[in-house]
Amino acid sequence: MISYIIRRTIAAVILLLVVTAVTFGIFFILPKLAGQTADQLAQQYIGKNPTPEDIAAVKRNLGLDQPVYVQYWDFIKGIVSGATYDIGPTTVRCDAPCFGYSFKDHIEVWPQLTQRLPVTLSLALGAAVLWLVGGIAAGVISALKPGSFFDRSAMGVALAGVSLPMFFTGQLALLLFSYQLEIFGRTYVPFTENPSQWANTLFLPWCSLALLYSAIYARLTRSGMLETMNEDFIRTARAKGLRERKVVVRHGLRAALTPLVTVFGMDIGLLLGGAVITETVFSLHGIGEYAVQAITANDLPPILGVTLLAAFFVVFMNLVVDLLYATIDPRVRLS
Amino acid sequence: MTDLTKSGAAVGEPARTGAAPETFLEVRDLKVHFPTDDGLVKSVDGLSFQLEKGKTLGIVGESGSGKSVTSLAIMGLHRLGNRGKNVRMSGEIWLDGKELVAASPDEVRRLRGRDMAMIFQDPLSAMHPYYTVGNQIVEAYRVHNDVDKKTARKRAVELLDRVGIPEPDKRVDSYPHEFSGGMRQRAMIAMALVNNPELLIADEPTTALDVTVQAQILDLIRDLQKEFGSAVIIITHDLGVVAEIADDILVMYGGRCVERGPVDKIFYEPSHPYTWGLLGSMPRIDRAQTERLIPVKGQPPSLINVPSGCAFNPRCPYADVPKGGITRTERPELREVGSRHFTACHLSQEDRSRIWTEEIAPKL
Amino acid sequence: MSETETRAGTPAVTNDDEKPLLRVEGLVKHFPIKKGLLQRQVGAVKAVDGIDFEVRRGETLGVVGESGCGKSTMGRLITRLLEPSGGKIEFDGTDITHLNTGGMRPLRRDVQMIFQDPYGSLNPRHTIGTIVSAPFRLQGVEPEGGVKKEVQRLLELVGLSPEHFNRYPHEFSGGQRQRIGIARALALKPRMVVADEPVSALDVSIQAQVVNLMDDLQDELGLTYVIIAHDLSVVRHVSDRIAVMYLGKIVELADRNALYEAPMHPYTKALLSAVPIPDPKRRTAKSERILLKGDVPSPIAPPSGCRFHTRCWKATEICRTTEPPLIELRPGQRVACHHPENFADQAPQDTVLLTAAKEAAELVSEEVLAEAAATSEEAVEEATSEASSEETSSEGSASSDKPSSGESTDK
Repeated sequence: MISYIIRRTIAAVILLLVVTAVTFGIFFILPKLAGQTADQLAQQYIGKNPTPEDIAAVKRNLGLDQPVYVQYWDFIKGIVSGATYDIGPTTVRCDAPCFGYSFKDHIEVWPQLTQRLPVTLSLALGAAVLWLVGGIAAGVISALKPGSFFDRSAMGVALAGVSLPMFFTGQLALLLFSYQLEIFGRTYVPFTENPSQWANTLFLPWCSLALLYSAIYARLTRSGMLETMNEDFIRTARAKGLRERKVVVRHGLRAALTPLVTVFGMDIGLLLGGAVITETVFSLHGIGEYAVQAITANDLPPILGVTLLAAFFVVFMNLVVDLLYATIDPRVRLS
Repeated sequence: MTDLTKSGAAVGEPARTGAAPETFLEVRDLKVHFPTDDGLVKSVDGLSFQLEKGKTLGIVGESGSGKSVTSLAIMGLHRLGNRGKNVRMSGEIWLDGKELVAASPDEVRRLRGRDMAMIFQDPLSAMHPYYTVGNQIVEAYRVHNDVDKKTARKRAVELLDRVGIPEPDKRVDSYPHEFSGGMRQRAMIAMALVNNPELLIADEPTTALDVTVQAQILDLIRDLQKEFGSAVIIITHDLGVVAEIADDILVMYGGRCVERGPVDKIFYEPSHPYTWGLLGSMPRIDRAQTERLIPVKGQPPSLINVPSGCAFNPRCPYADVPKGGITRTERPELREVGSRHFTACHLSQEDRSRIWTEEIAPKL
Repeated sequence: MSETETRAGTPAVTNDDEKPLLRVEGLVKHFPIKKGLLQRQVGAVKAVDGIDFEVRRGETLGVVGESGCGKSTMGRLITRLLEPSGGKIEFDGTDITHLNTGGMRPLRRDVQMIFQDPYGSLNPRHTIGTIVSAPFRLQGVEPEGGVKKEVQRLLELVGLSPEHFNRYPHEFSGGQRQRIGIARALALKPRMVVADEPVSALDVSIQAQVVNLMDDLQDELGLTYVIIAHDLSVVRHVSDRIAVMYLGKIVELADRNALYEAPMHPYTKALLSAVPIPDPKRRTAKSERILLKGDVPSPIAPPSGCRFHTRCWKATEICRTTEPPLIELRPGQRVACHHPENFADQAPQDTVLLTAAKEAAELVSEEVLAEAAATSEEAVEEATSEASSEETSSEGSASSDKPSSGESTDK
């Protein structure tokens, strides 16, 4: 088991290095291949009307005139041990982990990320709880009585949940419950300051996001349960004289939910990298919104930073999923 | 004919309804029908038999003959799960003085695993892959016995030891995939026997196993039966297995019993053309057979559109022997042709013995 | 005990060419096991580990053994669906051991395979016509009278109606599907057909139909069969000669009657004795049965010397140290054993039983031992004194799961 964990962890680190390299390549090699000079590239990192000094500074700081592998190495070194940017008169010390520096906003990327992360985290985890409970419960009940009224209506709602876009349901909910009925607030308050206010503001985004995901989870759970309840080991469990409820929960659900772990890991990983639409719709200042701003402003360092953070979460959740799998399914431990 | 009602209500033949039999297990006119989109699947369509404690009944038949559904019906398992939602069942199943068809699902559940237990064909898929073997046996024990985990675990180790698993105190914590096929089937048997059931149903218990392991498992079942004195139903397509282990044999075809009798009768004086067909189809390891096999022509019947009259008539070489096409219009009832030997066939006694002695026996 | 005796009415050697159709020498297939970060090879599953045999023209060679003995791998090697790790395969005088796909193309017409699972091996989206005519398309052959006519002829040949041409596999029963598989295999008029468990997924009555069909086709088309099966009764019925495999080796290769009536390898004897006989009177003769102890060892690290020595009641020191060669002890009966049954001992000087053998001897009934004692008295003396014939069943168990006749397993 321990060697399994070590092996998976090392694999995850390697994967992360590959992802950063590819991301880096997209940002720094592709433009070169497209024929951009280092000057032109540097210009993109600065706002409008750059002075030659600014360009020179960016080129020097990012090592744009040096070979790509040196740039990559500096970048990795920055994450591990921090970097120093000297811009004209001033010098900026960017502490580890240094995810870059926005020359447009004159601000480091990392503090921006850490500041916004709790918002995204609150959004993603809260919604996850809702959709897990709702989706799995609906899926299980549907699977136990396929073709019943509940099954058909639940699957109908699920279909609607998947098909309706977030900017529709989200806006509608916002309009109805927040602007019209004024039940829910619209300003994010950190959990540490006022938990009830925190939940109040996040309730609508949670529900909108959960509606979308629980639809998928209900369908996955339903098909998984239908399949599992036909397995031989379910028949064995029944043959022991177990109560049907115990058969479903102890024997059926556990096997049916295993594939969900994979999907859930990926979903959480992706959401932590920024629930772009939800954050935009509900004006939450999370990672996703930051990415949108950076893209709109064509500010490359934050985009690079967000991409890397998102990649990290996905890879990390993948690792968690692998380890979870090994704990759930003893057969995985062998291979 | 009796009308079929949904599971729960028992409709037997009026004359016999309600009278508890002397025998340990008695099945009377059992019918199990599954409505499907294509029509009503008559998996079991009027089956009766008795079984005493300490005896073994072999149910022989091909896929779709209703032999597995019969065993599930006795266990009350056919009405659980999605397929069982609409099942229609009638007849009577008497187990030790209790009637099971009319009993509530919860009453049957309480008997299941305690008074009657079952072994399945493929022990790998029949055990939950996420729980240890010991855990699964402990669970089976604690459903019916109010004991703590430690006691139950001791019982599990004891049984694993009894079914011949080496180092049972260690293997009790292994997962099913860590066992070999034969060991898994032993563990399954241990699980089935944990509550000393009086009826043990084994559905193709050795089909998934290698021949040397099969021999071990059959030996084990035989020894355990001697020790526990339980009644055993063994369901198989392999005539070799029943010859080895059964006292009585019941041959099923198209959801009905076509022949039933003591094992010697079935092998040495079989009286139904389908039984002749099975014996003729079977390659024999104990004979230097140079003759061709004598297969049964055609395909097994559809359980939705069972042929009228005798279900076997389209495949029967002697369907035209009885006069007036009766084989196609009238369903033959079981008739006694010898001591405890029954057959459902329109052939007259004379025709039957003539065909058997002149045509069939010399070729077998 | 009868000596060699070929099957009546079978064209044993129809061809004027006396050379065998297929010759296999030292055939080896190891599947590497990779482990760790760098996926280094840490070992190998020795599925087939050095086997020699030949298949004569027009005969049926049966291959039996328990799951994991390598018989299916062997079938895939001789049809070159797998690449051998070593050894040599010669088909009709041509070395085909390492031919590439292109080189194999002409051979694909001569050698065909029938699989166990009549459900998994037919594409559900194709009609029967498409499935059976596939070999013509793949080989670019235009049969006389057109493809459709030929396919219909083939369907008739295997006992299906030519009208089935446009139907789909799901409309057929298991037995009919197996017939379709056979029709496809016969499309290009092969010379050799390798059948891997051809009837084990079928019901008894249907099984007999297919066995008879294969029999008729052999007579009619002069086919050579290699039939791989775990059912010893079926193999006895269909084969002229039989090879018994254990852990990647052939332990005995003999004419049918010699093998079944006077097996020489203890494993063959144990295997045969384990088959339940459909004759209730034989039940009383339970003492004939030999119960083997323990599991089949792992093919990753097979036992030294004779691979069966860990479970054999006759094993002595030489069995542990020296691998017995497969030699012809009687005409038409090759055996790899130091202490064969029904024959003079090959290593009479070696009489001290191994501990494993002493334990195993407890599982072997007295009758068997007495019989063995008649041929090599000293060797068994010690064992008999320890043998307690009956109390046997609970001693260990064996080998892993097995594709069975009741269920359909794709292999």
